[in-house]
Amino acid sequence: MYKVVKRRQLADIITLLEVEAPEVAKKAQPGEFVIVRQNEESERIPLTIMDFNRDKGTITIVIQEVGYSSNLITRMQEGDSFVTFVGPLGQATEMENYGTVLCIGGGVGIAPVHPIARGLKEAGNKVISILGARTKDLLILEDEMRAVSNEVVITTDDGTYGMKGFVTHGIQSVLDQGIKVDAIWAIGPVVMMKSVANFTRPLGIKTIVSMNPVMVDGTGMCGACRLDVGGETKFACVDGPEFDGHKVDFDLAMKRSAFFKNEEAVAYGKVKCQCAKEGK
Amino acid sequence: MASKAPRHDMPCQDPIVRGKNFSEVALGYTVETAAEEAKRCIQCKKPKCVEGCPVGVDIPQFINKIAEGEHLEAASILKGKNTLPAICGRVCPQESQCEAQCILGVKGEPVAIGRLERFAADYEMANGTSKLEKATPSGKKVAVIGAGPAGLTCAAELARKGHAVTVLEALHVAGGVLMYGIPEFRLPKAIVQKEINSLKDMGVEILVNQVVGKVTSVQELLANGYDAVFIGTGAGLPYFMKIPGENYNGVYSANEFLTRSNLMKAYDFPNHATPIKVGEQVAVLGGGNVAMDAARTALRLGAKDVYIVYRRSMTELPARVEEVHHAEEEGIQFKILTNPIAINGDENGNVKSMTCLKYELGEPDASGRRRPVAIEGSEFELPVQTVVVSIGQGPNPLVTTTTAGLELNKWGNIVADETTMATSIPGVYAGGDIVTGAATVILAMGAGKTAAASIDAHLMTN
Repeated sequence: MYKVVKRRQLADIITLLEVEAPEVAKKAQPGEFVIVRQNEESERIPLTIMDFNRDKGTITIVIQEVGYSSNLITRMQEGDSFVTFVGPLGQATEMENYGTVLCIGGGVGIAPVHPIARGLKEAGNKVISILGARTKDLLILEDEMRAVSNEVVITTDDGTYGMKGFVTHGIQSVLDQGIKVDAIWAIGPVVMMKSVANFTRPLGIKTIVSMNPVMVDGTGMCGACRLDVGGETKFACVDGPEFDGHKVDFDLAMKRSAFFKNEEAVAYGKVKCQCAKEGK
Repeated sequence: MASKAPRHDMPCQDPIVRGKNFSEVALGYTVETAAEEAKRCIQCKKPKCVEGCPVGVDIPQFINKIAEGEHLEAASILKGKNTLPAICGRVCPQESQCEAQCILGVKGEPVAIGRLERFAADYEMANGTSKLEKATPSGKKVAVIGAGPAGLTCAAELARKGHAVTVLEALHVAGGVLMYGIPEFRLPKAIVQKEINSLKDMGVEILVNQVVGKVTSVQELLANGYDAVFIGTGAGLPYFMKIPGENYNGVYSANEFLTRSNLMKAYDFPNHATPIKVGEQVAVLGGGNVAMDAARTALRLGAKDVYIVYRRSMTELPARVEEVHHAEEEGIQFKILTNPIAINGDENGNVKSMTCLKYELGEPDASGRRRPVAIEGSEFELPVQTVVVSIGQGPNPLVTTTTAGLELNKWGNIVADETTMATSIPGVYAGGDIVTGAATVILAMGAGKTAAASIDAHLMTN
């Protein structure tokens, strides 16, 4: 059993959980993920690692409520346990000194960008982080990101905090300062990663995205997470989750993510109904 | 004492009824039927059936005990050679193993060895209290990677010798293909778990959620106090057809489809949270046992028309005759001498049809089977909303690519000595599908047993 030792509400529907998983913590690297099951009837879902503490033997994850499983997990309290918390899985971020890098996080995607920004800074890069949120109340981990970045640019869709607009506006503002950007990491909703990739493709700036497709086992045995990358089929769980954003077929990825939409709604409806009965 | 009675049929659920449920199809012999079938055995002095069994079960002996009504004794004889008889009795291809050698099969029908094995094992599970005695500790430690048939058998054999065994399993339950691959209606999961629990009673430690290659490595296991390692990671890498449209929604690998249904119990959605979706028309590509399992699962999930699409003819189908028979009874449609060249989707990226070609059989190829040749101008469209690709699996590279010095063949399988299962690394052994490529449960068990014997010899001389 993998116990939640710390819980923090980061925003209305975004929760941080620090989970006891010593074996995962011993090996975890930025860019990797875990597969979790909350209880015996739960599905297996992937969550990118936000932080790891090798001494305490803990892994930190951040999760936003979007459906049935994330609802169960965001409701977990300190002392509750996951029945499965397996990892670290996937390929770690390639850490080297690229020069000046942009670390872009959109919404809950700011969490997995955090260890990457920290690692890239430790590797000698100048790290400019661009944090995007729909609105001020949904912006998470600003202090943590400032601590691992040389500079932070904040954008909100509605202009309630920082620059009004999308993360691509943030990229433009950095480029407008005459800064030469050597590489970009962008993690967030697929539409956001797609627009970042489209923005940087003509500029020829290396852009890495972290894909979050449907997964089952997370160890390469089923292909549920397959993507088209540069015309080749890749399994995000073993070949990724990070890929060259200029090669990913984002439209296909979005369609594949929507396949179980109706079933997800059925399951979500079930848990919401239970919550209403319990008065939660 | 042999009787001249004909071989006793296995009672089964009615095909119409069972097509709508996931309960076991074959219901098992009663005490009376088992006794009558057991009496058909002529108790050969030099039993050929034993030679046909990959783990060398003392077949006439255990059958004799059933004939005498000593069912627990029969189970105990079985367990002397085979730790997982309730599983083997259900999924072994007996027709090409023990029963193929039975002398009664020369003129008539062989003794139903598999059904009797299942009967004795089930009887013991329901009525037995005997626990396997723990052996005297040898002081040696062995790590087994993968809790499938090869790993579990190897672990049990090593535990019998008194070695401390730890099994490391990547998924959240032990059993490998017995849990995620073979459906509930052929192999109830509760039975698999009961047999695995008997291993735990022997002192075998099973750790789940352990992805070797990520959380630890073979070298680390050897450096951290394990005296030997057995790799039984199986053939868990799905092959796709590499035809256009294979990433459309509704195209599953058989591994994904069966894992969702069996391991995650998606057939019980939303009581179990993992979803699964099938259209009214489902095509399963391939003709092996996995394809039959996927087709019969699709039917039970509510599909109206389920097609097995296979490029050779009925006589070349690699699936067991019994499985093909069960599938036909349930209404699975066989589209033989047919192969898709493209999968077509709608504007939302969902599968709507397959473009197929008709084939005829040409000259035999290297495998001895007649090669399918496409018929020119035979192109046609088959409307389907779900495609399950079941054309085979390769070795999962997670362990093999993270183990320096481990010799692999050109397909990525581990090279292991045929008689000892030793790999290119001293103290590291391998067996089952990771060595042979996708084969059968009992062959994997046989490999696990052989490896355990050589690991034991290695431990006692080092």
